[in-house]
Amino acid sequence: MLKPEDFDFLAKLLKERSGLVITPDKAYLLESRLMPVARTHNLKSLEEIIARMRGRDEMLARTVTEAMTTNESFFFRDTKPFDQFRDVVLPLMLKNRAARKSVRIWSAACSSGQEAYSLAMILKEQSAKLAGWHFEIVGTDISQEMLEKAKAGLYSQFEVQRGLPIQLLVKYFKKKDESWQIDPGLRSMVQFREFNLLHDLKGLGQFDVVFCRNVLIYFDQPTKSRVLESISKIMPDDGVLYLGGAETVLGISDRFKPMPEQRGIYCVTRGGSGTGFPLGGAGR
Amino acid sequence: MKSCLIVDDSKVIRMVAKKILHELSFQTAEAEDGRQALDACAASMPDAVLLDWNMPVMSGIDFLRELRKLPGGAHPVVVFCTTENDIEHIQEAITAGANEYIMKPFDSEILQAKFSQVGLI
Repeated sequence: MLKPEDFDFLAKLLKERSGLVITPDKAYLLESRLMPVARTHNLKSLEEIIARMRGRDEMLARTVTEAMTTNESFFFRDTKPFDQFRDVVLPLMLKNRAARKSVRIWSAACSSGQEAYSLAMILKEQSAKLAGWHFEIVGTDISQEMLEKAKAGLYSQFEVQRGLPIQLLVKYFKKKDESWQIDPGLRSMVQFREFNLLHDLKGLGQFDVVFCRNVLIYFDQPTKSRVLESISKIMPDDGVLYLGGAETVLGISDRFKPMPEQRGIYCVTRGGSGTGFPLGGAGR
Repeated sequence: MKSCLIVDDSKVIRMVAKKILHELSFQTAEAEDGRQALDACAASMPDAVLLDWNMPVMSGIDFLRELRKLPGGAHPVVVFCTTENDIEHIQEAITAGANEYIMKPFDSEILQAKFSQVGLI
C-alpha cells in the first residue's frame, strides 16, 4: 500500500501530464502497470519509482505516464461506429465536401493504431466511390512506444483476431514470422504523431471527423470540458465527433450536440453562450 | 436458441469450446471428425459449425466442401478453428465457403468476437 503522500504525488503527476485521474479505488492499476516499469529500471518498488521521479527524472516520469495511459485497442472496436462511419458520416462528407474533395480524420489517443487502420480499410473498401478524393487520417498518442507499434503496423495473432473480419485480414495483411503486418498501401494512408490532448491542438490543423473514443472517461469533469472545447475549435461547423459508448457531451460541453438517431456521434454547435467563441468562427 | 456443432478430434478443445458456447447461450453437439460431422448435419442442420482442420477420417476442409453440397448445407455459418495460420490455408477455407476463421490458440473473447462478426450473436 502506498503512503498517501506518495499516492498524491503520483496522482498529481499523472493528472498534469496526461489528464488521467487516478482515484484510490484504482490504486491496483498502479501496481500492475508500474511494476514492469520498475523492473526495467532496476527499481524494486513503486516507492523507489516515486523517489526517483521526485528527483526530477524526466525520462522515468514519461515512461510512467505512458505505462498508465496505454489502453487496449481493437480493430473495428464496437463495430457500430465503423458501420455508422461507412453508412452515415462518409456519405455526409462526400456531399458536404464535393467541391473540395478532401477530408481530414483524426484518431485521437490512437494507441497502437487499430482505429486509424480500421478507417483506412473502410476507405479502401469504398475506393470505387472515392476516386479523385483525398483522405488524410492522423493518429496521435502520447505514448512513443504505441506510436512505434502503430507505424510498424505489426500485430500479434491475438490482436488481428479481435474485431478484424477474416476477409480483411487476408486482403490487407501479410504474415511476418508469428505476427501480421498491415499492407504498405494502408500504412501510407495514415500518419502517426506524438501529441498530448491537453496541449494546444491548433498545430494539428482542422479535422472534419474526430474519433476521441474512450479517452474522456479517464479525465475529470473540467478536463473533459476543456478537451471538448479545444477539439471543437479545430473542427468546421459541419464536423463530426465520435465518443465512446460510455461517454457523452451532455452536461459537459455545449460545443457539441448528439447527432439525431446516431448513438455516439456528435455534431459541432456554435450556439454556446458566454465563452467568447464567435459564431461560425471556424467556417471556411 | 441457436445450435452449434463443434467438430474437433481433441476432446479438450471440444470441452473448452462447449463451455464458451454454452455461456453464449448456444445449444451444442459434438463430432470427432468430418465424417461424423457430415452425418450429424444430414440428420439435423445446425446454425453454426466450429470446425477444426486436421482430423482423422475426414478433414475439416473436405467436410466443408461436402456440407455446402447438401440440401440446406448453405445455412450453417462455418467458423474454422485451427492451428493452420498461414494465408494459403485461410484463403482455401474462404474459397470453400467458410464464413470466419479462428487461429488457435483462441480464447472466449476471440470466439465471441468472431461469432458476433458473422451475426450469430
